[in-house]
Amino acid sequence: MADLKVGNKDDIIITSGLGSCVGLTLYDNKSQIGGMAHIMLPECPSNRKQGKPEKYADTAIEILIDKLQKKGANTRGLEAKMAGGAQMFNFSNSNDRIRIGDRNIEAVEKILRSKNIPIIGAEVRENYGRTMELYNDTGKVIIKTVKHDNIVL
Amino acid sequence: MSNLDDKLSKLGPIQLDALREVASIGAGNAATSLSEMLNNKIDMKVPKVSILPVDQVPEMMGGVENLITAVLVRIKGDINGGVLFTLDTSSANTLLSLLIGEKVNIEDSIGEIEDSALKEIANILTGSNLNAFSQMLDIQIKPEVPSLAYDMAGAILEVAFIELGQIGDYSLVIETEVSGSIAEEIKGHFFLIPDPDSLDVILTKLGVLVD
Repeated sequence: MADLKVGNKDDIIITSGLGSCVGLTLYDNKSQIGGMAHIMLPECPSNRKQGKPEKYADTAIEILIDKLQKKGANTRGLEAKMAGGAQMFNFSNSNDRIRIGDRNIEAVEKILRSKNIPIIGAEVRENYGRTMELYNDTGKVIIKTVKHDNIVL
Repeated sequence: MSNLDDKLSKLGPIQLDALREVASIGAGNAATSLSEMLNNKIDMKVPKVSILPVDQVPEMMGGVENLITAVLVRIKGDINGGVLFTLDTSSANTLLSLLIGEKVNIEDSIGEIEDSALKEIANILTGSNLNAFSQMLDIQIKPEVPSLAYDMAGAILEVAFIELGQIGDYSLVIETEVSGSIAEEIKGHFFLIPDPDSLDVILTKLGVLVD
């Protein structure tokens, strides 16, 4: 949770048990360099000095792009895939605060749009947990769930 | 929102002991109610009160991808937050079979009866635990309608902690283990997850507030 990893073509990056969090992969086809962030919340509060910046959409995406660049990826060729943002518990009196999954997805979409990074695959929302695997040799992402067959993005 | 990690880092053995005291009484009440409901002796171990990195919590349930049932009940009143009651798959089957009177396998499907039975068990545990807190601390706590999920432990816990406002890297966990004297083991966990401001209320009422 709230983790962030980048790797080159021999690496497989996995994040397990995504609930309302969003797993985001950014991948550069040419260099076969890719990375993944496990985003918990939409944005980093300005008054917050402590805590991992890797868990907020805005700060996590900056860090991820920076790390990919340092590893040798062409950041203009990045393509994104995302998974998660589920609502695991259904409350009858759902208010805005408990739609964290949706808010995470919206935040990621907005930031990627502003950076001109296309989202080429998504397996989001619904009400189940997911494990996300990024295979850097091909850029394929496999989503595993308990209730459904594997999904390839 | 106040910084929960800062607050938690200041909790010492005195505060944790005071919390454990109240939680023990709650666990005792819960064991009695559940034993009556199931007509079988159910025990609760002495609760563990700890401050854990949020990402270590799923390990207590057998790993991030382990399947668990979880009932989340939000609480409102003088303290806000939620309680989460989790059971591993085989324990949920055992408890449900006892309650419903026929063999249950939730891995096939969770029907309406299983859904409401699990929520009922959670209601009883929640109610008895919260009663202990409201009586000992002289505060009002109102549980809301429970909600059930059956999925990966990691996904469930992540959502529970985030939705209840525990956005820090650490979490206060009051953990009670449920065990049964019936042939099969029952392993469950009960978490009280207060939001950051409610933690202050609890500590103030216990007379052990830290600055």
